[in-house]
Amino acid sequence: MSANQVALSYLAASVLFILALKGLSHPETARRGNTLGMIGMTLAVLITLAITRRVELALLAMAVGGGVGLVIARRVQMTQMPELVAAMHSLVGLAAVLIAIAVILHPQAFNVPFPVPTGNRIELFIGTFVGAITFSGSVIAFGKLAGLGKHSRLFSSAPVVFPGQHLLNLVLALVMLAAGYVFLGASPVNQWPPFVTLTTIAFLLGVLIIIPIGGADMPVVISMLNSYSGWAAAGIGFSLDNTMLIIAGSLVGSSGAILSYIMCRAMNRSFFSVILGGFGGAEGATTTTAEQKPVKSGSAEDVAFLLSSAENVIIVPGYGLAVGRAQHAVKEMALKLSAKGVNVRYAIHPVAGRMPGHMNVLLAEAEVPYDQVFEMDDINGDFGSTDVAFVLGANDVVNPLAEVPGSPIYGMPILEVHKARTVIVNKRSMASGYAGVDNPLFYMDRTMMVFGDAKKVVEDIVKALG
Amino acid sequence: MIGTVDHTVVNLTVFVLAVFVGYHVVWNVTPALHTPLMSVTNAISSVIIVGALLAAGSGTSDLSSVLGTIAVGLVAINTFGGFLVSQRMLQMFKKKEPRKR
Repeated sequence: MSANQVALSYLAASVLFILALKGLSHPETARRGNTLGMIGMTLAVLITLAITRRVELALLAMAVGGGVGLVIARRVQMTQMPELVAAMHSLVGLAAVLIAIAVILHPQAFNVPFPVPTGNRIELFIGTFVGAITFSGSVIAFGKLAGLGKHSRLFSSAPVVFPGQHLLNLVLALVMLAAGYVFLGASPVNQWPPFVTLTTIAFLLGVLIIIPIGGADMPVVISMLNSYSGWAAAGIGFSLDNTMLIIAGSLVGSSGAILSYIMCRAMNRSFFSVILGGFGGAEGATTTTAEQKPVKSGSAEDVAFLLSSAENVIIVPGYGLAVGRAQHAVKEMALKLSAKGVNVRYAIHPVAGRMPGHMNVLLAEAEVPYDQVFEMDDINGDFGSTDVAFVLGANDVVNPLAEVPGSPIYGMPILEVHKARTVIVNKRSMASGYAGVDNPLFYMDRTMMVFGDAKKVVEDIVKALG
Repeated sequence: MIGTVDHTVVNLTVFVLAVFVGYHVVWNVTPALHTPLMSVTNAISSVIIVGALLAAGSGTSDLSSVLGTIAVGLVAINTFGGFLVSQRMLQMFKKKEPRKR
């Protein structure tokens, strides 16, 4: 096979990848898009296998890894998607580092001249440090999302901050750049000390960048790491002179960047303030004023009564729904209500949950038709004419303080739940949200609190609905 | 004569154009599918397996091919798992026939 034929096949694969993303513009075309992506990937792998000299070992490794991937893809629960995605980002990052080392060890295998020219070294440097940061950062993100905080403070969902943190990161970044600079001018004899230094520091930086970022900022972090994994792939594409890798990497890189932007906008925070971290107190911290104000609390039976006598109900799911795995119970409740003639809809805040689109996937899993599920901007105008808004495990995204100048969350776009005639809020306790800000929604006369695990509460409501 | 264009410049051209394509395609993705978008892009970025395959099958039996083989095994988890989990998710977004009513 000639180099041109290979390049043209790679071009075809690149186009298929673009079509895969294009398909995601609508649920109806999304599955076809995913299939096109698979075809592109198959093509890319087969063509590459055709030009490799020894395939046995590679095929074996692919079978093992592929088998693990298949099992994970089948078994993973939809509530665990954030962890899974973080884990997968880390693998791309680590692979980028391993490939970069392989190139430096044995450039001829990749058609890279020996000794490696400075141009390729720049690209290898970028691919390696972005890959290393992606790897260790994603491992930390995985730990935080999987709730490993009780095993190690590194994985704590509360921000881990210490004095001089940003200064330390800055110094490390500068040392890494200096090592990179030495590596660019190094010969095959003395290239390893600077390379090992820069890689080690990059691994360390990945950890240090992610630990100060708290649980509810995870949608931004996971999007950012998604973006990094793409840039790492593109960097490796540059050093291997492989346009398909560059195209695929850039698509992923820009996709992650756009998602980060959308998530930041939905929290009204700048990207840098999220990355610098340390926002809000630990989750579950109560404010002193919170305990003194009276709240109205009710039982599942009260909720069932309110819901069944309503004409319009909007359900607002949040992280609590995911933690309690309550999506199926919610679907059950909605069906019962629909049977009674109640119009049930769902309102999704862009940062509800732990990753972009988290709530949509959970509701889809419970077979909630997607035309009952609305994005914030499409449904916010309707809360005023809604009889009951039922908030399930969401807090900051429905906090009316966001409309009050001077409050810490001022300016954050929220679901205007407080405009509904009656508000029902399910929470596990009166603890304040991630932002550590008290929520006046809970103390309104029109609000009824139902305490308890989301799944248990909703199941009780279903029973009470009869 | 000004000579031929450097490879890196060609690659940079491809890179910049691909970022533009990515930007425009991704803005059109419906927010409801942002989680599948992540898993699909994840699967796509696993095309880095191409580099790993080249290292693994270089025909030498030094450290370079060992690292390549490890990389193939790791990324294959994404290549297979990423697309399949996306498919599983997207299956859930299928339009349900109005059977209840």
